[in-house]
Amino acid sequence: MAIAKVNGVEVEFEPGMTVLQVAELAGEEIPRFCYHERLSIAGNCRMCLVEVKPGPPKPQASCALPAAEGQEIFTKTPMVKKAREGVMEFLLINHPLDCPICDQGGECDLQDQAVGYGRDESRYDENKRAVEEKAMGPLIKTVMTRCIQCTRCVRFITEVAGSPEIGLISRGEDVEITTYLGAAVTSELSANVIDLCPVGALTSKPYAFEARPWELKKTESIDVMDALGSSIRVDARANAVLRVLPRINEDVNEEWISDKTRYAVDGLQRQRLDRPYVRVDGKLKPATWNEAFAAVAAKIKATAPERIGVIAGDLQDAESLKATKDLFTALGVKNLDARQDGSALGAGPRESWLFNSTIAGIEDADVVLFVGANPRLEAPVLNARFRKQWIAGKTRFGVIGEQADLTFGYDYLGAGAKTLSGLAKAKADFVAALKAAERPAIIVGQGALSRADGAAILKAAAGLAKTFNVVREGWNGWNVLHTAAARVAGLDLGFVPGEGALAAGDMLKPGAVDVLFLLGADECETAASDAFKIYLGTHGDAGAHKADVILPGAAYTEKNGLYVNTEGRVQIGKRAVFPKGEAKEDWSILRALSEVLGHKLPYDSLDQLRAKLFADHPTFGQIDFAPGSVPTVFDLATVGGEGEVSDAPFESAVKAFHLTNPIARASVTMAECAANVSAASKIAAE
Amino acid sequence: MSVRRLAKEQPASFAFSTESQAKADWWKAKYPAVRKQSAVIPMLWLAQKQEGWISEPAIQEIAKQLEMPVIRVLEVATFYVMFQLAPVGKTAFVQLCGTTPCQLRGALDLRSVLEKKIGPAHTVSADGKFSWEEVECLGACCNAPMAAINDYYYEDLTPESLSAILDDFAAGKAPQPGSYEGRKSSEPKDKVQTLTDPKLYDGSAAKKIKIPNLPEKPKKAKAEPAA
Repeated sequence: MAIAKVNGVEVEFEPGMTVLQVAELAGEEIPRFCYHERLSIAGNCRMCLVEVKPGPPKPQASCALPAAEGQEIFTKTPMVKKAREGVMEFLLINHPLDCPICDQGGECDLQDQAVGYGRDESRYDENKRAVEEKAMGPLIKTVMTRCIQCTRCVRFITEVAGSPEIGLISRGEDVEITTYLGAAVTSELSANVIDLCPVGALTSKPYAFEARPWELKKTESIDVMDALGSSIRVDARANAVLRVLPRINEDVNEEWISDKTRYAVDGLQRQRLDRPYVRVDGKLKPATWNEAFAAVAAKIKATAPERIGVIAGDLQDAESLKATKDLFTALGVKNLDARQDGSALGAGPRESWLFNSTIAGIEDADVVLFVGANPRLEAPVLNARFRKQWIAGKTRFGVIGEQADLTFGYDYLGAGAKTLSGLAKAKADFVAALKAAERPAIIVGQGALSRADGAAILKAAAGLAKTFNVVREGWNGWNVLHTAAARVAGLDLGFVPGEGALAAGDMLKPGAVDVLFLLGADECETAASDAFKIYLGTHGDAGAHKADVILPGAAYTEKNGLYVNTEGRVQIGKRAVFPKGEAKEDWSILRALSEVLGHKLPYDSLDQLRAKLFADHPTFGQIDFAPGSVPTVFDLATVGGEGEVSDAPFESAVKAFHLTNPIARASVTMAECAANVSAASKIAAE
Repeated sequence: MSVRRLAKEQPASFAFSTESQAKADWWKAKYPAVRKQSAVIPMLWLAQKQEGWISEPAIQEIAKQLEMPVIRVLEVATFYVMFQLAPVGKTAFVQLCGTTPCQLRGALDLRSVLEKKIGPAHTVSADGKFSWEEVECLGACCNAPMAAINDYYYEDLTPESLSAILDDFAAGKAPQPGSYEGRKSSEPKDKVQTLTDPKLYDGSAAKKIKIPNLPEKPKKAKAEPAA
């Protein structure tokens, strides 16, 4: 550890740190615009100037200057004050004075730092420059006159998102941030540039002129759009969620979120089920809760338990899954399934369905093999980590499945199960690397598992993992990448068919069951089934259209709930707003229904339900703990099942990134993005 | 300098001629395969040499050949003012220096000649042969006023001589570059008064000098044994 002095106070620091970082260690605030911890250093805003001894007698850009042993750093001298005032004055020369109509107002770095480090008045009375607005797609609104050319957006899109589509053209006074000829940004992480923009040049288009930051009620919660469980902050005013922002969580999402996480929330205001409905003479008619419960009870009481099926959806919280399981188990129903897509997971040890390396820990892997997964579409934020590893040259990647643009380089090994089973003996260069790897990892996607031969493929993948010693003392490289936020919780709860019972796919066949209870299940095809369908959910989507009774539930922003992400981390989602209309929180609907059915659930509050949940399934009590952070060895031989393997190529479980769940499908913004993507792919195909 | 944009009207396609492609390949071979994009400036220059200007299809083609994002090529093309983003005169593209020394020596008069004979700046004449623009200092202040036409400097111009040069170009001739006052390079105009001694040029005036920092010759005295 080296030692430097900051304003006369000695600070120990790791060699390789910059002067800015050392000053921060000492608790000094250094103003900055272009510098960002997770991006490369540009050094072009000059706001972070400090005085450094020894060195030339002039201010130095601390973000780009390596700290050295015995260095003396001054952040409060007259020289520094004057330098910062000068830089700020220059930055403000061309910056418009439109803070009252700027969406960044109140959360603007330039505004804050102008107050903190600027002069009280400008000496500039020439004309300010004006810059044309740029088209950047349906998410990013531009007011380019406000741009201070920090290039954070260019660096983010190039380095982190891996789709270099934003650039800085021209030079000098005329520089402009733009996409190539006004094309929309196609990255799934594109809207993070809005957070990165230190001024109001790039702001949120769907949220334009909606609210001021100080009007919003901020709730820290968990995202359900994919299985990562990104940490989010839900900003709401009155009873409407206006926007979602990322929270920093180094273990999961660093400080990024996907565009779907951020912008699907306008879907929370549309197509909502805000009162119970009962189908009378083929038409859904509004009903009271009592009428709806009576209709459900009459049907369920008249049906034998083995003729009742329960399918749980992808966005459910663990509590509603637990209440559903408790209720229907009490009724003697064994046809329970939380796997709408027919995924083969659920048998065997818990490790077999988790992302055991953990999301942060996968950065330690040296060779990674993807089996039927497209991380760019299934978990864009995780994909950014893979790209980071690839840029650092630390990790080699191989893919069996779709040969898609993943934003990082990989060895393409083959399309389907044939390659998978033959890989152990293949001569490919990558196989040798996998064999020699110290921390090899296999990432299995739902595209490979949610097929008729999923169990056999799972077995083949596990066999491969055994061959390459992927699970060893101190390292567990067996990873399952889920796409559904509720899936791991469902599997952990044992929300899978009991002995001899029907799985989701079989329940949906005509004549298989007489009553089908759909707990927010919208991703399965229910049209063929002739059963009496009860739908508990939030949106008038696939599940509700065919339902005979609709029980309006709460979306993820409207209830307190536990979610287990793909690595098995239990996280707490918080209620930001209340459920719409007459809708209730899911667990309380189930609790009320249980009373009508004569099998009263033994909990009267969410706390009691959680206590029961923790008692029955202790893993749920380990809040924010990723089981993989303490690597455990488990027997891979128990994973998967026998069966014929088809030769069909693996396809990603996510076909249309922007439209994977009922909330996103109800969102206008997501529809625009999806249209944009399909238009772009049409142009590319020509 | 003003905001640089790609021209509104663009050709449908661009392809390097066999000759320019060979040169481009030579440039690409100069750099390691992973640093291929280092050839972006020479490639843009070759495209400009071939077509007279850089079109959008040319930018696409270069990005494709160098396997780099097209926005990066656009950044470079818009950064350097030497890259013309709109068509220029096919026969003569005049870049008139308008910086202070040239202006003091009559560049404004030259500008009115160009305006009269060709038209407004950045506009190709009706026959497509001529265009002109005003540029910043081209570093030939000794021979002010001057203009660069295509690849050469035409110096010590007067409205008359510039007019004649343009007529020559129009007639398909290739006017001689250099001074139009009969000067040799940038020597004084009338009487050369300095550096006239012929001895300066045959080496006889040169004195022997001691060149500093030469490695020391090995001394004959015995070296002290290393401590």
